[in-house]
Amino acid sequence: MKRDQTLKNSHYEQQVIHFRLVLALAIVGLLLSVIIGRFFYLQIIQHDVFLTRADSNRIHLQRIAPKRGLIYDQQQRILADNKPSFVLSIIRDRAEHLDAVLDEVLRLGIISPSDIERFHQRKHRFRSFEPTPVSFNLSDVDIAKVAVNRVRLPGVEIRANLARSYPYSHLLAHLAGYVGRINERELAKLDQDNYGASTHIGKTGVEKSYEEFLHGTVGYEYVETNARGEVLRNLEGVDAIPGADLELHLDIDLQRIALEALEGRRGVVVALNPKNGGVLAMVSSPSFDPNEFVHGISYDSYNALRDNLDLPLFNRALQAQYPPGSTIKPIMSLAGIEEGVYTERTTVKDPGWYKIPNNKRLYRDWKRTGHGDHVGFVDAMAESCDVYYYHLAYKLGIEKIHHYYDEFGLGKITAIDLPGERKGLNPSEEWKKSQGRGSWWPGDSLNIGIGQGFLLATPLQLAYATSIIANKGERLLPQVVSKIDGEVVAPAYLPPLILNDQTRWLKIRRAMEAVVHSSKGTARGIARNIDYRIAGKTGTAQVVGIAQGEKYDAEALQERNRDHALFVGFAPAESPEIVVSVIVENGGSGSGVAAPVAKKVIDAHIRKLKRIQREQESERRRLEQQLKAQQERTNG
Amino acid sequence: MAREYVRQIEMNSFRRKVTLWQKLNIDPYLLFLLMVLAVTGMSMLYAAADNPMYSLKRQASFFFVAFLVMIFIAQLPMRFYKNSAPFLYLAGIILLLLVPILGTGAKGAQRWLAFPVIGRFQPSEVLKLVMPLIVAWYLSPRVLPPKFKYVLMSLGIIAVPTLLIASQPDLGTSILIASSGLFVLLLSGLGWRYMVSAATLVLASAWPMWQFVLHDYQKGRILTLLNPERDPFGAGWNIMQSKTAIGSGGWDGKGYMEGTQSQLNFLPESHTDFIIAVLAEEHGLLGVIMLLFIYVLVIARGVVIALQADTTFNKLVAGSITLTFFVYVFVNMGMVSGLLPVVGVPLPLISQGGTSIVTLMVGFGLLMAIASDKQHFSR
Repeated sequence: MKRDQTLKNSHYEQQVIHFRLVLALAIVGLLLSVIIGRFFYLQIIQHDVFLTRADSNRIHLQRIAPKRGLIYDQQQRILADNKPSFVLSIIRDRAEHLDAVLDEVLRLGIISPSDIERFHQRKHRFRSFEPTPVSFNLSDVDIAKVAVNRVRLPGVEIRANLARSYPYSHLLAHLAGYVGRINERELAKLDQDNYGASTHIGKTGVEKSYEEFLHGTVGYEYVETNARGEVLRNLEGVDAIPGADLELHLDIDLQRIALEALEGRRGVVVALNPKNGGVLAMVSSPSFDPNEFVHGISYDSYNALRDNLDLPLFNRALQAQYPPGSTIKPIMSLAGIEEGVYTERTTVKDPGWYKIPNNKRLYRDWKRTGHGDHVGFVDAMAESCDVYYYHLAYKLGIEKIHHYYDEFGLGKITAIDLPGERKGLNPSEEWKKSQGRGSWWPGDSLNIGIGQGFLLATPLQLAYATSIIANKGERLLPQVVSKIDGEVVAPAYLPPLILNDQTRWLKIRRAMEAVVHSSKGTARGIARNIDYRIAGKTGTAQVVGIAQGEKYDAEALQERNRDHALFVGFAPAESPEIVVSVIVENGGSGSGVAAPVAKKVIDAHIRKLKRIQREQESERRRLEQQLKAQQERTNG
Repeated sequence: MAREYVRQIEMNSFRRKVTLWQKLNIDPYLLFLLMVLAVTGMSMLYAAADNPMYSLKRQASFFFVAFLVMIFIAQLPMRFYKNSAPFLYLAGIILLLLVPILGTGAKGAQRWLAFPVIGRFQPSEVLKLVMPLIVAWYLSPRVLPPKFKYVLMSLGIIAVPTLLIASQPDLGTSILIASSGLFVLLLSGLGWRYMVSAATLVLASAWPMWQFVLHDYQKGRILTLLNPERDPFGAGWNIMQSKTAIGSGGWDGKGYMEGTQSQLNFLPESHTDFIIAVLAEEHGLLGVIMLLFIYVLVIARGVVIALQADTTFNKLVAGSITLTFFVYVFVNMGMVSGLLPVVGVPLPLISQGGTSIVTLMVGFGLLMAIASDKQHFSR
């Protein structure tokens, strides 16, 4: 159809427009189906992908720190507790002028400039809407100050969390140890998952060695967050499993008596229960306050502790290595009779010195005039006759001496459940050669035979060695923890030391009783006012060597060069309940200084046991009478 | 013959019966559909807004005003609009030219003019309505399909405001304005050859456009469309989160007010341009299809009004308004679902925003004026 282009044809125009409108509607339909197709693709085909993405947008896993297990003593007294502690934090988003707010908190005296410094280091690890800690362990006064000045402190928040607390403070610092903030080095070694929410970890003592039990298992919580990561609500999760509670063999009363007995002098008291190896008391003096370490000790306080000449941070009980001096003599006596070198009837002549055959050097006795012409087995122990033991050492030789010392645990760790234990030193010919100190001289053996020379032992080792004598050869290893979550920890032991004649244990014990209970005994001073028998041995260990011919003058020596005073012993002698080793550094004399400390500890323990026994007895009697009365009533 | 006569009688009697709606110059179908959209929009807004009661009240008052404006617009005869089209066009151009001098901006673009009494408004919104009127005014007296010179002239009429608005820059609005003018041209029977050559020209100009015309943020939106993971926390965030919201909705959605993406603020602009993602997340594909169905009914009603209109001018204006309404829907849903770049086109009558609602309702007022104009004419 040919049409006139110049004239307006309304009908044709309408047709064109209508056709175009219908066509447009068709295109609209087509494009709408594209849109529907797109939504179908997103909502149906890709639904799972986007649903997962939406959930991972909003749901985050948050870890919950488990509650750390508590530590109790043998009578259920809490030694390490979890107490609410208040932390001052700042939510940076809410503090409009962060520096002004910090200055205000500083002006109020709640925080120190070093807190601000550490806050600025710390803040990068927290998001701006998360509370960033500024100061830990606020006092009640600080909390009140913040409350009163709340208006002027936007963004400042005080939150409570659980922090470790050691109610016995100095008394237990070394044994229980302490927890501190997890450092970078520890973080690298830790199970990142289980420690994901934990801030503290055991650093020393029981806190460290039982970390895996005390810590517990981390919990999880799924939380719903918004686009800014703020938690809106908690979804399901897994509760954290609290750490196991520990019960120690320790008696905190005895621990206090031991520390008080040292009267502030540098020294150690270790008390073991020979029946199970349990540590009844373990005191290292001077001590420190472990609570300071929980919230981060200040540099000044730490430096003061570290640089203190008295080494308060040092656990002397298992880290200090002392020459045992005469406290080693019971082992020597046992070796002598067991090896058949001497019998208990053999006597030696003691002119106040000993000379190795074909050798000019004099080995002096501590008593210059000597102990007489007939020093026997018991007297040698009671009077601590050095010449007797010089003879014995010369005859035994280093190999046998080393063997017996080894059997009694010297020169190796006792494997106590505490970290940082030292081995001490039980010297031998090979050892001396390996150290490049030349060949073994007979004189070396003599020194080692009286507990001097190269020989070194920790107070714990001395207590353990003494417990073997008290137990007649049973070797129960020292152990601090008695129960984990109520489950008894089995005593650890080594095969017993069996003598060719087991009655020799009794002979040694008798000789050690003579130290305390005979008229010549070096520790006879402590025998007063006791109705049981103590078996023991005093020791006085030289700190500096005394040259030949030089006179020993305790007064003239500097305080720190004075002899260490030692005592080992157990009681009651016939059925031992407690083994004690005491070292008072630079105390001077074992009999004068160390033995009285040991006696106080032993006596306190024995008295307590007797009291408990009496109480139990009277309770039993009361119950019996009650029962009898009841029976009579029912019969009558 | 008798049957034919009877039908004639019936039709006449039908014609003569003037309903209340016709007296009021209101198209009841359109009114009902628009009210359904308004209610749907406000319920979605309540779910998506940060401050639901405030947003709801604000939106409701916008709708109240917009419905009044629509009814008012519907009362005037089309003759009036046709005659005033050139003056409105010139006024619109002058206002657009004033924007760079007197305008105030938001987000790096100057779009607003502040006036005493009237307050702040966007001159580009005026052009959205004037554009179909002016092109139809220009073309309707000509012989259609238009000759080449008229086509060129029409393109010129379209290009001036489009370029002015694109330079503000406001790509979304300039697309809407250009398409509302082009729809008139297309409906008027523009030859297929023009369309093919125009399409070729557009494709050929893509590179120079990219190099010299588009702003960096606009290029960024296109790049982000092609690869949302390019910048997951910047420009890609919006698209990734809206796709996640839509996709996680599934068949029937997570339930009203239960959409985690929107309720937990992962979805940006959830109450304005991205509101369809809230609907898709909370009501699923079924909700989306139901909303599209209402839109299709509105468009169908608009097309029917255009088909039934008596003059070429009315047909062209009605067709353009209806198709431009569809462009809103298509561009918005396309950009939110990641098919098109983010250009800032609201979902009509659902997204929050008074200006777009009033503009759209003025358009529907014109549609109603056209619908009743036919009856005046035929009487």
